[in-house]
Amino acid sequence: MSSSGSTTPARQLRCCGASGCRSAGSEELQAALEAARDAAGHTAQELAIKPVGCLRLCGRGPLVACDGPGGTTLYGAVPPTEAGALIEAARNDDHGSGDNGNDILQASRLDAQLPFFALQSSVVLEGCGQVDPESIDDAIAFGTYSQLRRCLHELTPEEVREQVKLSGLRGRGGGGYPTGLKWDTVALQPPGPRYVVCNADEGDPGAFMDRSVLESDPHRLLEGLAIAAYAVGADRGYVYVRAEYPLAVERLRKALQQARRAGLLGNGIDGTSFALTIEVRVGAGAYVCGEETALLQSIQGQRGMPRPRPPYPAQSGLWGAPTLINNVETIAAVPVILREGGDWYAAMGTAGSKGTKVFALSGAVTNTGLVEVPMGTTLRSVVEVIGGGVPDGTPIKAVQTGGPSGGCIPAELLDTPVDYESLMELGSMMGSGGMVVMGETTSMPEVARHFMRFSVNESCGKCVPCRAGTVQLAQLLDRFVERRASPADMAKLDALCRMVKATSLCGLGQSAPNPVLSTLRYFRHEYEAACRQPALCEQP
Amino acid sequence: MTATSPARPAASKPSLSAEEIASRKIAQVIRRHGAQPDALIEVLHQVQEIHGYLPKQALDQVARQLRMPLSRVYGVASFYHLFTLEPPTPHRCAVCLGTACFVKGGADVAARLEQRLGVKLDDPAGNGIWAVQHVSCLGACGQAPVLVVDGVLVTKLPIDQPEALDAVLESTGMPAAGAVPA
Repeated sequence: MSSSGSTTPARQLRCCGASGCRSAGSEELQAALEAARDAAGHTAQELAIKPVGCLRLCGRGPLVACDGPGGTTLYGAVPPTEAGALIEAARNDDHGSGDNGNDILQASRLDAQLPFFALQSSVVLEGCGQVDPESIDDAIAFGTYSQLRRCLHELTPEEVREQVKLSGLRGRGGGGYPTGLKWDTVALQPPGPRYVVCNADEGDPGAFMDRSVLESDPHRLLEGLAIAAYAVGADRGYVYVRAEYPLAVERLRKALQQARRAGLLGNGIDGTSFALTIEVRVGAGAYVCGEETALLQSIQGQRGMPRPRPPYPAQSGLWGAPTLINNVETIAAVPVILREGGDWYAAMGTAGSKGTKVFALSGAVTNTGLVEVPMGTTLRSVVEVIGGGVPDGTPIKAVQTGGPSGGCIPAELLDTPVDYESLMELGSMMGSGGMVVMGETTSMPEVARHFMRFSVNESCGKCVPCRAGTVQLAQLLDRFVERRASPADMAKLDALCRMVKATSLCGLGQSAPNPVLSTLRYFRHEYEAACRQPALCEQP
Repeated sequence: MTATSPARPAASKPSLSAEEIASRKIAQVIRRHGAQPDALIEVLHQVQEIHGYLPKQALDQVARQLRMPLSRVYGVASFYHLFTLEPPTPHRCAVCLGTACFVKGGADVAARLEQRLGVKLDDPAGNGIWAVQHVSCLGACGQAPVLVVDGVLVTKLPIDQPEALDAVLESTGMPAAGAVPA
């Protein structure tokens, strides 16, 4: 276990150990740094090397942050061979201008003034990259669990819910349902057992926000979930994580064990009568389980098939009991909201969308990684200023938000503020927060087919519009991609999209046509050009 | 089948067949979960870890010991993508076709692999030795395009340079095109 934060040495190296940086070789680098420190004769007290979670700029990993009296300096992709030079720089707190003669190290130094860092506001991610995700002592020293204690000792469940309502927090999984209202609905059900569930089945391709929170700051999530359980009167909870995130599962399980041992979960938490048991449930590769009613089926060991709502899970969920389901990012925002107050949180963002949102920025963009910005920030400032645009300097063609349920927003609409309503108006959606930038070379009918094939694969098969409709749509899109479509195909595509959207049972089916509809809306000429006789396809 | 195995050493010693050992492990897993029906998915995960896939006799055992119809066990096992009912090929490769990888040429990587190994994408039988499947996002979007070869993540594939790409694939232990019998 690492040293606790209260005795943090003045100089330390924080090494990102989340999946993105791991895949870029962070473990080798950290081992090399530890060896170099020992070889140089420095003790861990003089220069600590601390494994932490996400440091945001995943595309330049493995990332290392050097803290010293002169501030923090960030390095990306330092080769393990330069570990000695980095240790010296950190030891001397001299990350100077190349005077120390190490060009490789200088080339790896990242400018803290980069808009990528400077324009971010860390609220949900405040602990990511700061705390050691595998140490509860470190998390507690950072302030985690203090809000849970405060709630248990000083606030009634009603007062907790009041703060959440005041904050204006809305569901971050994509639905955007007011969180406080959902908590009230569960809390006000007739007496009996209740459950809380954290939806960590982050299935949208191109989304990795929830994974980063789980891997970087799992104790914050547990604190948020425990507060939610207290606020709605639940004594049992589940975190449903997708199996594709083994590191997240491992760290979450470890965090649960530590919290139980520390008396922060279990019976009589912190000397009160409040009891809470939390279990991790691992998915098995079904995207549809991100839909809440399907997720509940899966937790109960069944096929993950959605059912019609109402009744909503808040009234009848796990084993027929009232069940609160919230996404990872929603729950991770709760401790901050209680610490700073609901009105503090509500002061950020727009009239209808409060607070901050975490985005996973990837695709044809210079700076790929995790971005947290206040709601209402324009898409342009996210992808062009923070993201740095397309790497070769060519213009951005479109930005895809909302994964297979969202749409492609064309470059000319990039000045739209990011909030639930604005994105919906553009035919896309907030979704969980994946944001994939597309350059000029990406063909839109191919993008639409890509998402439709995903939906074909992931349709659970329960309702016909989704099961058969997505297959038909994918076949129609094949004709466009292979340039053998006719004008009749164009009309069929449009009609079928509307049918699937209107008649599918769950959100997956209802939103499956969105990538087609939005590309048809903004890039119709590409579909027209993909017809066998383009002139016939063009609209009069 | 090993129903009759007269050649095997006499059963006087407590040496167990691999099948019996696996079956005992499964029974242990089920006991650990208190034989609760809602633990079915967890149990199947661990059965797959023991066998590498979900063999018929293991599903039978799970149904019996969790006291539920085999149809329900089979229904769950066949619903989720991560459960496989066929024994896996010795070597496996998963190519990411998430959106970020797609934008960066993931589909071209898949096509290249199909050609090189003489397999069809998502055919679990592959060429008998290698099989290639797609995954819908490994969360390594910052390093796109990526693939996983026998559990090892390979990142930033140079899709624009065929020779460099071939060299990377070579280094993962993948045979060259035409080297595998059809």
